[in-house]
Amino acid sequence: MAKIIIERDKCKGCLLCVSVCPKGLIIVDKDLNQKGVNPVKFSPLVSRIPSKARQVNDECLGCSLCAIMCPDCCIEVYK
Amino acid sequence: MVKDKRILMTGNEAIAEGAIQAGCRFYAGYPITPQNELTAYMAKHMPERDGIFIQAESELSAINMVFGASAAGVRAMTSSSSPGISLKQEGISYLAGTELPSVIVNMMRGGPGLGNIAPAQSDYFQATRGGGHGDYHSIVLSPSSVEEAYNFMFLAFDLADKYRNPVIILGDGMIGQMMEPLELTAVSCQLSAEYKKPWALTGCKARLPNIIRSLFLAEGALEERNLKLQKKYKEIQKAEQRLEELFSSDAEFILVAYGGMARIVKGTVKKLREKGFRAGLIRPITLWPFPQAGITQILNRLHRKKHLPIFLVVEMSYGQMLEDVKLAVDGKAKVEFLGRAGGGIPTEEEIINKIRRNGKNLFSS
Amino acid sequence: MEKIFSRPKSLRNISTHYCPGCGHGIAHRLIAGVVDELGIRDKVIAIAPVGCAVLAYDYWDFDCTEAAHGRALAVATAIKRVRPQNIVFTYQGDGDLAAIGTNETIHAANRGENLTVIFINNAVYGMTGGQMAPTTLLGQKTATSPLGRNAQREGYPLKISEVLSQLSGVKYIERTSFYSPQEILKAKRAIKLAFQNQIEGIGFSLVEILSPCPTYWDMSPQKAMEWIANIMIKEFPLGRIK
Repeated sequence: MAKIIIERDKCKGCLLCVSVCPKGLIIVDKDLNQKGVNPVKFSPLVSRIPSKARQVNDECLGCSLCAIMCPDCCIEVYK
Repeated sequence: MVKDKRILMTGNEAIAEGAIQAGCRFYAGYPITPQNELTAYMAKHMPERDGIFIQAESELSAINMVFGASAAGVRAMTSSSSPGISLKQEGISYLAGTELPSVIVNMMRGGPGLGNIAPAQSDYFQATRGGGHGDYHSIVLSPSSVEEAYNFMFLAFDLADKYRNPVIILGDGMIGQMMEPLELTAVSCQLSAEYKKPWALTGCKARLPNIIRSLFLAEGALEERNLKLQKKYKEIQKAEQRLEELFSSDAEFILVAYGGMARIVKGTVKKLREKGFRAGLIRPITLWPFPQAGITQILNRLHRKKHLPIFLVVEMSYGQMLEDVKLAVDGKAKVEFLGRAGGGIPTEEEIINKIRRNGKNLFSS
Repeated sequence: MEKIFSRPKSLRNISTHYCPGCGHGIAHRLIAGVVDELGIRDKVIAIAPVGCAVLAYDYWDFDCTEAAHGRALAVATAIKRVRPQNIVFTYQGDGDLAAIGTNETIHAANRGENLTVIFINNAVYGMTGGQMAPTTLLGQKTATSPLGRNAQREGYPLKISEVLSQLSGVKYIERTSFYSPQEILKAKRAIKLAFQNQIEGIGFSLVEILSPCPTYWDMSPQKAMEWIANIMIKEFPLGRIK
């Protein structure tokens, strides 16, 4: 069990975290944040990878790759 | 018999010794004539007296090293001569903008360009008007003898710390390279060299981080900063004007000169007095702030006695301090000018001839 | 659950002015993290550059000063000489370190000043609007090389790290990049080593980081990372140089 918390209003929407999440658990939020950009959000329930049905190993690993990549230090990781 | 404690030193060496005694703990410089004795003295003496000496790779680097040392809280200085001082202007602007205390010695030589290595006073505008970019002033002290050069280092570091401002010692090749006897009395500083600098960068142990910056991007922030600097400059103008006057109370002809030039003018004035001519001398010691108040006072005093003096400004440049004298006199007296530059120094004979042409009554007897 | 990744204490909790996907944010975080891990926050003094990172002192929570463009290593030299007990580092871009400040860089390195240098190479001047940098690649289009950098006209990308590695005063140089989380972790290890070297008195240590500038490379942040991985490292090979 692991999770990430994204500081929504600090996110600049660069999507680098999306590109590195091995489970595809970070998606673009349709609602704008205070900066006026579409931030990312943690979406542990629905996998973005369409070919994969929801499985146990779709859960967040707590690998922290997203947080390491984030240029704006918006992501905290819990495990 | 009292033993003569005086020793013989060049102005450059006396400045270096004065600086070390005044608590200067960091010096960076780059070779340039006619101030090399100063750098060499620092190279020899700083390491053995708890100081740091660096021969920098350029004047730019030297002034920025002074920036760093001052930011770290120690008394720091650099020295150079005219072309090198031009290179330092960027750094001086940053020192003024960040309000870092610092002392810069300029042993002026002939310009423009590479010019020559003869004494000159043609960096007056550069020193007194700011020199680099932005609205700022350095405090400018002008020594007229080797002993004064030594003594001014204590004042220079005190003023730099007190006002958190660059201070320029504006000498010339004559002051830098002449030798005179002086007593190293170690005039004590008014402010201790250990003057508290809570803004210095020492590591943020048990306090909030310190930031040294001159960049202010927020709306109105830079104007606010400039107004603060202007307020400081007004305070300095009010408190720190200095001049020397000689025979000015009944003078018909007031000669105005500074630094090395003032030595020749002083001799001329004394000679004229011996002959019974009413000549006087005003020697600005602070070139910025210019001793405007003192000049106004002298002029008013003479006016009350119904004297209408003529001013004669003598420079080793072509009419730079002349502008400040005219501003101070403010149209209340005639201001004449005699200047040479590029290796030429106005002589006693030239000065007397100039007076003769202008003061019809002076030589009539 | 336990928090296993969060903002370093030495990085202030405010939003930066950097563009989306800019590498400066990553570099700031890595440095702050290393400062925390080494327990040197109350001893560190940073010199911020002129360039996009000119406001770095607004983001780091320790003593900082500005320096005129290119003069960071002259300022750092004096601070470290005056206060050898402090840990002093400069943070400089390619224009600052390898164009206007080349003289200061080479001579501080050659004197073997015991300093840490973090060198951000993004092959472009960001702050002023994407002009050609000394490290701009051949063929790369910028505001001042609109046809692409041409060796006959604009010379070659300057490999300043390789140049510096020739100097006896230099003790450690490594080129790293930000194109993947793995590379970012390598960059952090290099930064840590560069600080440890200073703590141990080993001497002049420099970490070059190939860092993305999506805005002036005219790419998405992800494409910019790919450009580093596929193109930039061919001109600037990664790894320990000295």
